[in-house]
Amino acid sequence: MRKSLLLALMAGLVAAAVPAMANEGAEPAPQNWAFHGVFGQYDKAQLKRGFQVFREVCSNCHSMKLVAYRNLADLGFSDDEIKDIAAEKQTQDGPNDQGDMFQRPARPSDHIVPPFPNDQAARAGNNGALPPDLSLMTKARPGGADYVFALLTGFADAPAGVTVPDGMYYNPAFPGHQIAMPPPVADESVTYADGTKATKDQISRDVSAFLNWAAEPELDARHALGIKVMLFLFVLTAMIYAVKKKIWADVH
Amino acid sequence: MSSTKFDNKVVQWVDDRLPIFSMLKHDAVDYPTPRNLNYWWNFGSLAGVMLVIMLLSGIILAMHYTPNVNLAFTSVERIMRDVNYGWLLRYLHMNGGTWFFICVYIHIFRGLYYGSYKAPRELLWWLGLVIYLVMMGTAFMGYCLPWGQLSYWGTTVITNLFTAIPVVGDSITTLLWGGFSVDNPTLNRFFSLHYLLPFVIFALVFLHLVALHTTKSNNPLGIDVKGPQDTIPFHPYYTIKDLLGVGVLMILYLGFVFFDPNFFAEPTNYVPANPLVTPPHIVPEWYFLPFYAILRSVPDKLGGVLAMFGAIIVFFFLPWIDSSKVRSATFRPIFKQVFWIFLIDCLILGYIGSQPPEGIMVPLGRIFSVVYFAFFPLLWVIGKVEKPRPLPNSIALPVLKAGQAGHAEKPLEKA
Repeated sequence: MRKSLLLALMAGLVAAAVPAMANEGAEPAPQNWAFHGVFGQYDKAQLKRGFQVFREVCSNCHSMKLVAYRNLADLGFSDDEIKDIAAEKQTQDGPNDQGDMFQRPARPSDHIVPPFPNDQAARAGNNGALPPDLSLMTKARPGGADYVFALLTGFADAPAGVTVPDGMYYNPAFPGHQIAMPPPVADESVTYADGTKATKDQISRDVSAFLNWAAEPELDARHALGIKVMLFLFVLTAMIYAVKKKIWADVH
Repeated sequence: MSSTKFDNKVVQWVDDRLPIFSMLKHDAVDYPTPRNLNYWWNFGSLAGVMLVIMLLSGIILAMHYTPNVNLAFTSVERIMRDVNYGWLLRYLHMNGGTWFFICVYIHIFRGLYYGSYKAPRELLWWLGLVIYLVMMGTAFMGYCLPWGQLSYWGTTVITNLFTAIPVVGDSITTLLWGGFSVDNPTLNRFFSLHYLLPFVIFALVFLHLVALHTTKSNNPLGIDVKGPQDTIPFHPYYTIKDLLGVGVLMILYLGFVFFDPNFFAEPTNYVPANPLVTPPHIVPEWYFLPFYAILRSVPDKLGGVLAMFGAIIVFFFLPWIDSSKVRSATFRPIFKQVFWIFLIDCLILGYIGSQPPEGIMVPLGRIFSVVYFAFFPLLWVIGKVEKPRPLPNSIALPVLKAGQAGHAEKPLEKA
């Protein structure tokens, strides 16, 4: 009894120490994003391409529960296009007059319909691993969009001496370097509606930008308002400074 | 009751019955203020401005927030996405905490440097420290509300500290939790207290101001006001100077709100709370980090908790620990250097607190914790052995002289 307790304790210590050692993923390389910087704004065409990648690839396993179909208007989709996009998915509604739950096509007011009804179903469908919700991915990881891009393009063969268990993939960008997600994108994974050449790099870049929008849909408005507020404050503070100088002139 | 006469009949009518205008005139217009206050004296009013911003943004946020473990995280995200200018309110509140603490820390260290805690301002100093303690409680409970991973685990770690108290520790912790772990009752009571305590702070700030206007402001020379030649009326001189401070603070604060709102935030808190998954690295908000470093430096749980709370409580005894009669560090050559060492030590402790407690960080944390506590007995010794530089005879004198000579005492006026 005591021996097994001791073993459990040691196993616990090792389990605690191992992630502490192999914890950090490689520092993601900074990329050029249209939305970076004080004047940064989202590139709408890029977001639209990114949404196409999400819709055709990511959303097969990942949910995005905090984003509603109506939010896609930010990307430049028309009301009718959004209705069509939403209607592709069935969602549960009800109860109806008979007290029964029923399926109906999703509406623009619905949040993006998750691929699995619950976390257990998601795990069961993905080899025991839970694909995380992507609504806040770029805010919830150090490095943000740079990290997502590094992760999507970071899959590689394991170096000599590193054994990767079945169902896991080697990716230096991921903390611990082993990830349960198979490489999700490759060259020509999608065919872009706007004719952009769909390289792996381009696809990863577009979907990372799209995920940044999903996490921070207010960014365009925030930057635009911020510049006005800053200009106002610079002028106001300069004027206060001039008044202060004048008032204090007789004290000095 | 009031002797002040006002031209406006309505104002006079009100003032005869409730002397708010006399009080305003006495405390916000005519209030005699030392003429030599430098810009470090701006931070009290700036902290007051931040308190008002936090109250206003917080009251509106509370209209949209839901304190329930299943809804809290999504209700915050709903504020960010669906409430009109909700992202602005929430980022104002989130970054407001940071800038409130920045103002208060500068305010405290200014008091330390210029000896503002010494007689007759001991109670003023105490009230300030109580405000700071209540602020820490409020901030800690506020951080719990978004119910992200660090909200949950930070709350778990810090509330568990109370179990270290002998005999009653477990009962206190159970009371804090409202159960046997951090859960919905914890979130509910933290929300309730997070809404209540700012108003307690507001009342304490009022007392702080009453005490201030009784003893009057200290000044960079640390010498007493000798007569009217040493003071100027608060308005317009310090109203405009405080406003200039507000302008600069707003540029910095709103700069972060609009252009890097998550600079002071931990990404992990954008992951919803999960009691089954411990984040690899639990850190509190930056303004708690020096105390967190001290807590972790003591290899005993109760000892660590005592050291952490002691690190703050010791400030209450400062008026008696500091044996020097001279207030301002300007005239205290040794204290001045030790002050900066202490300040840098606090910053280093903050950095250590942000790092995982591994390797070199453990001994470093211990060394700099010892330096932190060594500061206080040292303060007593310095007061005994230090030979202060001669104090000027009055506030007005060096100011006028510096104006003529154009050198020497300049930093006193425009530090």
